[in-house]
Amino acid sequence: MKGIRNFVDKIKPNFEKGGKFSFLWSVFDGFETFLFVPNTVTKSGCHIRDAIDMKRGMITVVIALIPALLFGMYNVGYQHFLAIGEIADFWKTFFYGFLAVLPSVIISYVVGLTIEFYFAQKRRHEISEGFLVTGLLIPMILPINVPLWMIALATAFAVFVGKEIFGGTGMNIINPALLARAFLFFAYPLKMSGDDVWVRIGKHHQAIDGFSGATPLGEALNDNIAAIHDTWSISDMVLGFIPGSVGETSFVAILLGAIFLLITGIVSWKIMLSIFAGGYLMGLIFNLVGANDVMLIPAWEHFLIGGFAFGAVFMATDPVTSAQTETGKYIYGALIGILCVLMRVINPAYPEGMMLAILLMNVFAPLIDYLVVQSNIRKRVKRAKDVMVKI
Amino acid sequence: MSNKKMLLSPKTKKILLGPLSADNPIMVQVLGICSALAVTVEMKPALVMGLSVMIVTAFSNLAISLLRNTIPQRIRIIVQLVVIASLVILVDQTLKAFSYEVSKQLSVFVGLIITNCILMGRLEAFAMSNKPWDSFVDGIGNGFGYAWILAVVAFFRELLGSGKLLGYTIIPESFYEFGYQNNGLMILPPMTLVMLGIIIWINNSKQQGKDIK
Repeated sequence: MKGIRNFVDKIKPNFEKGGKFSFLWSVFDGFETFLFVPNTVTKSGCHIRDAIDMKRGMITVVIALIPALLFGMYNVGYQHFLAIGEIADFWKTFFYGFLAVLPSVIISYVVGLTIEFYFAQKRRHEISEGFLVTGLLIPMILPINVPLWMIALATAFAVFVGKEIFGGTGMNIINPALLARAFLFFAYPLKMSGDDVWVRIGKHHQAIDGFSGATPLGEALNDNIAAIHDTWSISDMVLGFIPGSVGETSFVAILLGAIFLLITGIVSWKIMLSIFAGGYLMGLIFNLVGANDVMLIPAWEHFLIGGFAFGAVFMATDPVTSAQTETGKYIYGALIGILCVLMRVINPAYPEGMMLAILLMNVFAPLIDYLVVQSNIRKRVKRAKDVMVKI
Repeated sequence: MSNKKMLLSPKTKKILLGPLSADNPIMVQVLGICSALAVTVEMKPALVMGLSVMIVTAFSNLAISLLRNTIPQRIRIIVQLVVIASLVILVDQTLKAFSYEVSKQLSVFVGLIITNCILMGRLEAFAMSNKPWDSFVDGIGNGFGYAWILAVVAFFRELLGSGKLLGYTIIPESFYEFGYQNNGLMILPPMTLVMLGIIIWINNSKQQGKDIK
């Protein structure tokens, strides 16, 4: 540790104002604060500071994502060997998935960080770890068969249009990772939905007879509810042995991440809770109506299939794009849950509604905050008037 | 030489070239966005639309400028609308007669040129208080400022959305064999807003640079 510190101190003057590489200051600063807690002292304003800054917060989210990522890798291998009818041991399965997922993670990091660094240099901003989360989320919410060039394009679009145009980290209106997914979803629908994208077969292999490749939600879209329960048991859904986007399948792995995030206090439990409550409520309403088979999917089963849990824990809780007021968080979360189940059950075109529900509520979050603040002001004015009358 | 100098005096030149970037109807005044969304899926309708708007702005500007001293203030909007409407009907009928396919593609949007904010804006802001020649040039400039943005947006939307330009396939078959796919988002209207936003961004940063200098 000491050696690294000395080295950093030695090369530091080169990057400071007037130094040889002063134009690279934010890159240097980014790496220095990545390695060490910054030793800058607060000069004005409030002197009480939390030990955790944005960088540590972002890294905590990355750590929370790791269980879901590792399981996602394993599941990619598991689905592959299931589809070709081969029995493989644990390490072979995991290694297959690892090799399949790794390139997309690398490509999304390289493309996104290049753009991010470029803009940070140009604007002389600090570089933050914000993209470490986004760059990991992007491959985790995509089907495994999305070509790498599409991931690169979507990442570039998301960082550019979703983030940098609005002014960089912390200024974005909608979640960049979800924007990347939405971009691909509407630009290349053939690679983002249907039955061929969720399980990697590989060029040299053939799928066994009777293999369908559909996700539970895909079956639900085709009114094939019976097929869901025939193909997968409830424990498959809870543990995550179902086809789907890379990171979204395992409820257990996501739950581990959620517990970690809640203990460290990085995300708001109010948002998470109200999303599940809203989704459950909407599911119950549909159960009561019960006009067709899709409406009769048990309300709690919506949590297990598709991206509901992943979106609720990792995407909707993004502190930048979610509602900021405490009451607003309940409204924001509940509406996401309600809209998601609504889209799944009613909409004939999209099997999954989580992405669109979160994006829509991201856009509405400032409005919710505004309304909450305004109603608070009105309440207080009214109270003040009542007091005045009494006096 | 002297004739040419009279045609494009520095002031007239400014009237003509201003709307191309610094005072562009779409980029700066943000007018006429609706039709920009609707007709830019392909190059051909976009170019025809741009040309139609250019003709209508130029000649309605000219007509209103000639009449400007005789139009009573109270009914000036009605007079302007009558002039625009007759020109639009002329353009519409010409399109129907000579290129029926494009006219069908543009459908209602040619008729809706009447409600295009650029037209009324130019008539009110310029033709009502300027000489005929200047007004005509102003109409050409604004029409062209509108047309070139449409052309640029349509170029990218058709190229990336359908792999074609003016109806001819541009992206070779071998690209598709390598796994290239047309971008479906480009065909949807929201992408036009994103592209217009990017064009406005580029233009703004260019203009800002000029101001500082």
